[in-house]
Amino acid sequence: MIRSPVLVFSETFGQDFRRASLEAVTEGKRIAGLLSTSLVAVAIGYGIKEKASHLGKYGADKVLVVDNPDLKTYHPDYYRAIGLEAVRKTNPGIVLMPATSSGKDLAPRLAIQLNTVVATESTKLDIEGDRVVATRPVYAGKAFLRVTMNSIPFMATLRPNAFNAKEAPSQKTPQVEELQFNKPQSRMTIHEYHAHAGKKMDLTEASVIVSGGRGMGGPENYKILEELAETLGGVVGASRASVDAGWRPHSDQVGQTGRTVSPTLYIACGISGAIQHRVGMINSKVIVAINKDPDAPIFGFADYGVVGDVFQVVPALMNELKKYLGK
Amino acid sequence: MTDVEYVINPYEEYALEQGVQLKEKYGGEVTVLTLGPEKSTQMIQKALALGADNAIHLKTASFPEDPSAVARALAAELKDRQFDVLLFGKKGVDDDNHQVGEMVSELLGIPCATQIVKLDIKDGNAVAVREVEGGSITIETSLPAAFTGEKDLTVPRYASLRELVAARKKPITVKEPKSFPALLETVSMQYPPPRPQGRIIGKGPGAVPELIRVLHEEAKVI
Repeated sequence: MIRSPVLVFSETFGQDFRRASLEAVTEGKRIAGLLSTSLVAVAIGYGIKEKASHLGKYGADKVLVVDNPDLKTYHPDYYRAIGLEAVRKTNPGIVLMPATSSGKDLAPRLAIQLNTVVATESTKLDIEGDRVVATRPVYAGKAFLRVTMNSIPFMATLRPNAFNAKEAPSQKTPQVEELQFNKPQSRMTIHEYHAHAGKKMDLTEASVIVSGGRGMGGPENYKILEELAETLGGVVGASRASVDAGWRPHSDQVGQTGRTVSPTLYIACGISGAIQHRVGMINSKVIVAINKDPDAPIFGFADYGVVGDVFQVVPALMNELKKYLGK
Repeated sequence: MTDVEYVINPYEEYALEQGVQLKEKYGGEVTVLTLGPEKSTQMIQKALALGADNAIHLKTASFPEDPSAVARALAAELKDRQFDVLLFGKKGVDDDNHQVGEMVSELLGIPCATQIVKLDIKDGNAVAVREVEGGSITIETSLPAAFTGEKDLTVPRYASLRELVAARKKPITVKEPKSFPALLETVSMQYPPPRPQGRIIGKGPGAVPELIRVLHEEAKVI
């Protein structure tokens, strides 16, 4: 199977590639290297043509670009058509894309059309003999399955933040080719994207998350977490208890029935650390817990704990950080 | 595992509740379609108690694993049926595959709005709000169409004892599903490596300078 190229779908947001796309291209290049084959990236969006060669920095040997005003926002019917065309053109052995909301929508659509299946939210890829094996979390991260598939192409979505985005050591200008886009008929109308107020980044993409739980006492108290997150260049998350209480939107929820995140730094404030929360953040690189209850379960799996009142510790932390970071 | 209590997947509960709410608002009926072993009967009965009118049980020997095989079996059952709205949970909370709703819709050739937090019908068209990174997108589509539900879609109701009893009289059609080959193959299962033992840095705001030091020098994250 394996001398055919690796195909990576890179998602754009506005006129930039999402970080998760650069992670997917970097990992695609690594896999292509192991298999001595080439990496073809597909860039879909509007106003992105000039940026396409940027993917070469991360290892793309060739970039197929589709630049069209109709592609500004993800449209399943349009993106599927482009996906199938890209596959037809390149005949890939492996197809990868980031496990973003659109990646998770597009991948199964392409897979069923191509008589294959998807290894969803993979966190690791290995080549074993002539097979690709993906490691993917199940039961909300309580266990990992290592899966392969007896269909071609091998398809996987890659969990954001689980892979590194790294510029390739030997960079060259990739061959850029425009892919034709004949807008297919569709019964779906996709309206403009509306950003949630005050939200710059999704939890799954953030490298720092400051999360608050029941211990925050009420929605108004999240302001100190917003400020701490801002200082660290991160975003605010929440436990299920605080979402169910109506203090924070569901899009902030970390844990089972919320987001599964793996930031570099996760600061849990006033969160007890129930299993439903734990499974959503346990793969963070470093976990800090601030809680006034020394027996809170969160101290059992946090790397660093501070026993104390969040309303005293968080402002102190912010002041010190501002000094430290020179802000 | 023998004494495991199986429950309806939470995302499917949000979707079921949405179906029942649409019925209460616009009329029609709600059919539950389940692919699974004998044990699924208790979940089907619960769904009937929660407001579904009838059920089709595609009975298998064990809980199905391969999303493409499940999707093909469901689509084979659905292709000759009439419906306006097809609702799924966005994913199962066991295998987290996140594929079946999309695949069934592709096989049936109908529109599918995924990961939705809101659904309404206006002038015979569906208007759905889809949750995406940092925001949302509104999708409009004519019917029939499929939808996969996020958590915020609805708040599931509880079934009363009376409804649980009444549900036993609702019809369940049991059939054998068409069988399709599994494409995903599990090589092995692993548990996440244990996290290294953490430590308490100290108490109260006085611990902050030390916390910053370890985050910088040991953990190297700031």
